[in-house]
Amino acid sequence: MTDNRIIPIVMPKWGLSMKEGKVTGWLVEDGKEINVGEAILEIETDKIAGAVESTDAGVLRRRVGAADTTYPVKALLGVIADKSVPDSEIETYVASYVTPAAEEDGEDAAPAYENVDAGGGSLRYAKRGSGDETVILIHGFGGDLDNWLFNIDAIAENATVYALDLPGHGQSGKAIANPSVEGLARTVLAFMDALKVEKAHLVGHSLGGAIAMQVAKAAPARVQSMTLIASAGLGAEINMDYISGFVGAASRKELKPVLEMLFADPGQVSRQMTEDILKFKRLDGVDAALKSLADGVFKGGKQQALLGPGSVRAVAIWGRDDRILPAAHAANAGSARVEIIDGAGHMVQMEQASRVNALIKENIAKG
Amino acid sequence: MARNISMRQALNEALDQEMSRDPRVILMGEDIAGGAGGEGEIDAWGGPLGVTKGLIHKHPGRVLDTPLSESAFVGAAIGAAVCGMRPVAELMFIDFMGVCFDQIFNQAAKFKYMFGGKAETPVVIRTMVGAGFRAAAQHSQMLTPLFTHIPGLKVVCPSNAYDAKGLLIQSIRDNDPVIFCEHKNLYGIEADVPAESYAIPFGEANVVREGADCTIVTYGMMVHRAMDAARELAKGGVLGQSHRFECDVIDLRTLSPIDWDTVLESVEKTGRCVCVDEAHPRCSIASDVAAKVGQEVYHSLKGPVQMVTAPHTPVPFSPVLEDMYIPSAARIVEAVKKTMAN
Repeated sequence: MTDNRIIPIVMPKWGLSMKEGKVTGWLVEDGKEINVGEAILEIETDKIAGAVESTDAGVLRRRVGAADTTYPVKALLGVIADKSVPDSEIETYVASYVTPAAEEDGEDAAPAYENVDAGGGSLRYAKRGSGDETVILIHGFGGDLDNWLFNIDAIAENATVYALDLPGHGQSGKAIANPSVEGLARTVLAFMDALKVEKAHLVGHSLGGAIAMQVAKAAPARVQSMTLIASAGLGAEINMDYISGFVGAASRKELKPVLEMLFADPGQVSRQMTEDILKFKRLDGVDAALKSLADGVFKGGKQQALLGPGSVRAVAIWGRDDRILPAAHAANAGSARVEIIDGAGHMVQMEQASRVNALIKENIAKG
Repeated sequence: MARNISMRQALNEALDQEMSRDPRVILMGEDIAGGAGGEGEIDAWGGPLGVTKGLIHKHPGRVLDTPLSESAFVGAAIGAAVCGMRPVAELMFIDFMGVCFDQIFNQAAKFKYMFGGKAETPVVIRTMVGAGFRAAAQHSQMLTPLFTHIPGLKVVCPSNAYDAKGLLIQSIRDNDPVIFCEHKNLYGIEADVPAESYAIPFGEANVVREGADCTIVTYGMMVHRAMDAARELAKGGVLGQSHRFECDVIDLRTLSPIDWDTVLESVEKTGRCVCVDEAHPRCSIASDVAAKVGQEVYHSLKGPVQMVTAPHTPVPFSPVLEDMYIPSAARIVEAVKKTMAN
């Protein structure tokens, strides 16, 4: 099994709760040459559908996973190898592959989530990887750290990555002391202090992008680079139908059409995704937190904080079909390199994960 | 923070958090504090199924053991509610509810109406329902339809620990009398439950599984049987068809108010409806749903609406017969086949 000429394609683990996934179809034929980052097959979990991308280049020698069939995480779905590897070796590899036991959330395993007191409340975060560069992922309005489901592990391949739940969001404390971009930027700096992170690459999505720019404005020395994904803070316009719809929705029926605005492909909004967000919205204090934040940052239906990347190296990424914040705002991103991605809406880091991951990693690799 | 806890713990947590939040919340019932003949926790059961265990120490003076007289303490709880408290009475088995029908049907359910909206009765009556506990005919009934029939009462019946906590919190915060039905065989089942307080609004069904071929409408323990049936049907081959057969499974969660929109929209999509109820068939939740579907979305139906219920008999004490009495996944599969045959 240590033969590094043969590379297994396995069922990925997208998020903590994923135990199995269903192969919905293959995107490439047997015997085809594959590049790094190429989407090779499609998977569906109870939370989301997405494509598995190749981590290596080579020839797709064997498709093991059958369409419409459910496999456990890490099960062998296919084999990539060079043309020179004989078929018999591929056969042996497939026949002798043993799916590793699921890493149960046992006593020994590092906790998937941790909490730290910072900025006047408890913040939940996930930490992945152990590279020299430090990356902080900041989600947007109404989101949580699981918005980085398809990104965190890829970025953590060569960096130490922290993803936090902002105050009032996810499983962080529900009180937002200062419901403004400035207030949340202070919380992010307090989070960095608490974890003894001196400098970091900031990756912000939506409102998280505006928060990243505000952190860079307040403490430029502590920000090495920024990746601004469908970022707020680059124009006044904001889809208030989405914001007030999200804040006001109390049932699945009300919430689902609101969530569909986030994606170019509304089919991405699963029953489970809607239910998970409703579970968050039902918690005591969330309603008040979201209302105060919406009133603070989108007062009068306009974004209040207009920012820019300043002198920090930045990449601005946008989904062409963004219905929340128009992709045209990318033009206001100053010196930032701009990448507009087709086939993606506001949740571009979920819908076109491999492209976004490559851009983030490229930006971080510049140091 | 969410963690896996049982429905029993989830209910205990809901009571604990609401008592901490609102000093008007008190608990009343048989053996819910000290227990018969004992003092303090030495003998405490926390009620017959242990739901209130430990609460007397956290909330001294607010967990009240009552005499074995349902008519008295349910009446007292209703009276306290009218006077501004938020009592949660535990009435062991729903089967005993008959001795306090006047207090519930004629008083609690009528005050708001008869006093022109000036009186509120924010009382919760928690009670155990359902068969499968080898507890014979007087301790095993599924009497949810009786209470659903009465205007002025709200009726709740959760199927899992997450819903149990959120629905009990909503019940305590609600200003109307709520009959909160806990299925005896679900106390041990676990789910991911947030440690924080949360309320699940009434009248919002949960679609626990999605499918295009048939709608199964149910609540309480039958949600689990319906899910077993839906999984069986999804394996393929069950209906002699090559394609996998997928069902919408709707957990009503609250029977009054009831979420007709979710039920009717689903049947409009699938064209087939199977109503599953652990209660007797006549004047049941199943017959109620069947009638509504027949009335409102008749033109969407591709086959006759089916009901899977307990028989019109008392719950047998013989374990063999009791197991036959309770609707099974196999019977639900058969009902789906029947509506598909058309």
